Amino acid sequence: MKKIFLFMTVLGVFAATSPVTIADPATDLKNFQAFFKKKFPTVPFDEYANGFYALPGMETYREQWLLYNEFPPLELGLAIGKKIWETPFKNGKAFASCFPNGGKNIAQGYPYWDEAMQKVRTAEMDLNGCLKKNGEPEFTDLDKDQNTRIRLAELTAYFYSLSKGQRVKIDISSPGAVKAYEEGKKYWWQRRGQLNFACANCHMDLAGKNFGGNQPLSAALGHTTAWPAQRLEWGRLETIHFRYMTCNSQIRAKSQKHGSEIYNDLQFYETYMSSGLPLTAPAMRN
Amino acid sequence: MATDKQTKIRTKTQDGVTDVLVLVSHPMETGLRVDPKTKEKVPPHFIQKMSFSLDGKEVASTDLGTAVAKDPLIGIKLKGAKSGAKLKVTWSDNMGESASEETTIS
Repeated sequence: MKKIFLFMTVLGVFAATSPVTIADPATDLKNFQAFFKKKFPTVPFDEYANGFYALPGMETYREQWLLYNEFPPLELGLAIGKKIWETPFKNGKAFASCFPNGGKNIAQGYPYWDEAMQKVRTAEMDLNGCLKKNGEPEFTDLDKDQNTRIRLAELTAYFYSLSKGQRVKIDISSPGAVKAYEEGKKYWWQRRGQLNFACANCHMDLAGKNFGGNQPLSAALGHTTAWPAQRLEWGRLETIHFRYMTCNSQIRAKSQKHGSEIYNDLQFYETYMSSGLPLTAPAMRN
Repeated sequence: MATDKQTKIRTKTQDGVTDVLVLVSHPMETGLRVDPKTKEKVPPHFIQKMSFSLDGKEVASTDLGTAVAKDPLIGIKLKGAKSGAKLKVTWSDNMGESASEETTIS
């Protein structure tokens, strides 16, 4: 009798959780954004694009952030990115020729699902693709070569700055895109590393708290809108994949390669979850 | 000596006091840091002097050293600077590099 009862409870648990696993992206998005609305009822939706500075209890950080935003040091990197963007290739064309509308107001759709290649494409990949198309040397060895990665981050930052204020809009209509989305979602919720944290543990459950006393944790909503960003700790512009790598090593997990497919999928998932927020990249972060 | 380093100036006037902020992209090496690859010390490279002049007349100058951070942001306050006046910032470092940048006070 006891066994049957136990069996029934297990069945009951299954019945309760199964609707969550088969939820479609649109429902996920609604639940995800509702979670933060419930957690921080005083924070207006658009403010999430400003990272953890918008959260209650972070007023001192916000004050400092506003002060160094008067003349943010990222302008040095951004100016280099602008120069790379505008310098013509050997064949006379420039980066603007590779993008619709000259690269303006299109970054809100990045990363996107490429139906022909059956892959998620990020802005970094498209910028590299543009170099390849025009017979120029690409940005390679991004894991080890810090200088090359920073140059790419600065270029990407300038690309995103051309779309500042546009609201994130990700097309997820094709089945392939949903599959990539599911991969990213799995990575987001999976626990990993020696500390056994999932992305969601820190950036959803513990969002708005100080981790280890001096590491304020951001809310997942609006994560991708600020990147490429300059962190005070780094003193340079960096790509979002580099942030993922450092995030992984902070929880003592093995980090993936810069530009690896799983990071693309994760970025795809995270960006979709920030749908409707204005782009603020490049931005200053702690 | 020519330099590839950027110098950016921003000014803001309020109640007759002008806030001047200067941002320079500079490594500001102390000479004590060890290059992780070659295991040799990185030679010192830092800004030594920075001066501000308004319409050709020096209004402020400062001696900087190795204690100043990388990509330094330096600010001064000017009293009674007229709108339209030309502000010039010049700096030079221990390697002989120097640069200057001009802006008009708004």
